[in-house]
Amino acid sequence: MKFLPLVWAGLWRKRTRTFFTLLSILIAFLLFGMLQGTNAAFSRGVDAANVNRLVTVSRISFTEPLPYADLAQIEALPGVDHVAFASWFGAYYQDPKQFIFSFPVDPERYFNLYPEFKLPKEQLDTWKRTRTGVVIGIGLAHKYGWKIGDRVPLHSTIWTKPDGTSDWDFDVVGIYEDPQDAGQENAFFINHAYFDEARAFGKGTIGWYIVRIKDPTTAVATGEAIDKLFLNSQDETKTQTEKEFQQSFIKQMGDINFIVTAILGAVFFTLLFLTGNTMMQSLRERVPELAVLKTLGFTDGGVLMLVLAECLVLCVIAAALGLAAAAALFPMLKDVVGIVNLPLEVVGLGIGVAVLLALVTGLPPAWRAMRLNIVDALAGR
Amino acid sequence: MSAIVTLKNVLKRYRRGKEQVEVLHSLDLTIEAGDFVAIMGPSGSGKTTLLNLIGGLDQPTEGEVSVAGERIDRLSGGQLAKWRARHVGFIFQFYNLMPMMTAERNVELPLLLTSLSRAERKRNVATALDIVGLGDRAKHKPSELSGGQQQRVAIARALVADPTLLVCDEPTGDLDRQTADEILHLLQLLNREQGKTIIMVTHDPKAAEFASRHLHVDKGQLADAARAAA
Repeated sequence: MKFLPLVWAGLWRKRTRTFFTLLSILIAFLLFGMLQGTNAAFSRGVDAANVNRLVTVSRISFTEPLPYADLAQIEALPGVDHVAFASWFGAYYQDPKQFIFSFPVDPERYFNLYPEFKLPKEQLDTWKRTRTGVVIGIGLAHKYGWKIGDRVPLHSTIWTKPDGTSDWDFDVVGIYEDPQDAGQENAFFINHAYFDEARAFGKGTIGWYIVRIKDPTTAVATGEAIDKLFLNSQDETKTQTEKEFQQSFIKQMGDINFIVTAILGAVFFTLLFLTGNTMMQSLRERVPELAVLKTLGFTDGGVLMLVLAECLVLCVIAAALGLAAAAALFPMLKDVVGIVNLPLEVVGLGIGVAVLLALVTGLPPAWRAMRLNIVDALAGR
Repeated sequence: MSAIVTLKNVLKRYRRGKEQVEVLHSLDLTIEAGDFVAIMGPSGSGKTTLLNLIGGLDQPTEGEVSVAGERIDRLSGGQLAKWRARHVGFIFQFYNLMPMMTAERNVELPLLLTSLSRAERKRNVATALDIVGLGDRAKHKPSELSGGQQQRVAIARALVADPTLLVCDEPTGDLDRQTADEILHLLQLLNREQGKTIIMVTHDPKAAEFASRHLHVDKGQLADAARAAA
């Protein structure tokens, strides 16, 4: 700690240059926080996927419906514990920008399959009795101020009613929570029985099946057994683990991990040269000062550590400020990523990257400072 | 008085491009503890090289350099750095202060290498600044001080760790006559009142008058030896 004033003084020798370098690192880490936070939020959904659950979709495309009648056959397979289903409702609330993740499901089956969703039993019972009833996540309820008893109109971009309209009215009868993952608290679950009866087409079909198996080690065999059931039928299926399914679902939007890595790679590559160049320039200007420090008794290693510490302080402070700014702005992405807080692992990773950046950019000038010959440096050679 | 600096048969060669240049030739020298020595001589005569060898900034190509009973020509780079911190205070022509640090922070620098507590460091810094008459300028940065005041800060920095000897390379070379005399009086005071051994390289005969002993270096040898060789 006693060397901190010396490190700090060296850092701010050229205030304007240090300020702009700090600003560029700060912006890079703001970008890092936002992009890596988004990536982590998507990955978190995949990581949270249950190893006991399989997802069966149409072999043609997961947007193709499957017959509801398949349920009984799947359920009858050995190793299968429980089966539920869901469909994609594709709806928005009032404005197309206010997209709602809405799914017609069987209340009993679906919530049995997802025990992590906490819904009071009386609300589940009410839902089963209320055909137009919906259960919504607490995140969604907070976002739109919806509460139990509210009537919510949604406009589906897929499903029409026999009268040709696409406007559907629902009654909020329950609000669920997912204590493990706030990102899962934004769904809107519709009673399938009502949906199937009220839609103009596609009756008797569902979007995909979710299958809970008794033993996770039989996932591959059970998946193959399900697909074999419908082989050479009109509705061939493709069964994957829930994790594989979510990964392929996210990839429909693009390989987010690749995009994030590519953008951040370009940003940090540029930053590497910018910071490295600044540190080298700073060193060149301070050769006599560093020589004086050595004259006073600072060892070669001590001078190396001083220059490295300067780089470390600059990078870590700028990164911390950038990540703090990202954490402050991250709630703006709630609609996209479903979570409010910048994941802590992103902050940790960011600080790790900052330390690495400091070492990579600081080592060449620090090495040069260490090898500085006092006599030559003082003589200006 | 006892010898504090002893050089025996010291030879120093530098490589300049492809050539080897011999700057000091078989030089012998003894400086007593408490001496105030002025080393004079024309440019390129080897006086700064001699000073660098005594101050442990450089190593001889051949010969022995002993300071305060220790053979510093045998020390490694790291050992020499630690030795300098304990035994030598340096004063340069252009002060060489850290521009972003206050006077007291500059003076404190050598003490950062000691095990003194913060309070002890602060006390020693205040004493050193008082000795050079700058107790009231402790919070000023070098750019807020005159040349003479900056050199006083540099002297306080050289003194603060209570070194065995003070090594000064043209300490008044950048100052006007009056300020130079004030600085030289201060050095003389430190020599007389505190018994500091001072070795000063200078071009200025008036500055040399403040010293108690004069050495002349010419063509890499002390003047007497040079005459004998001639």
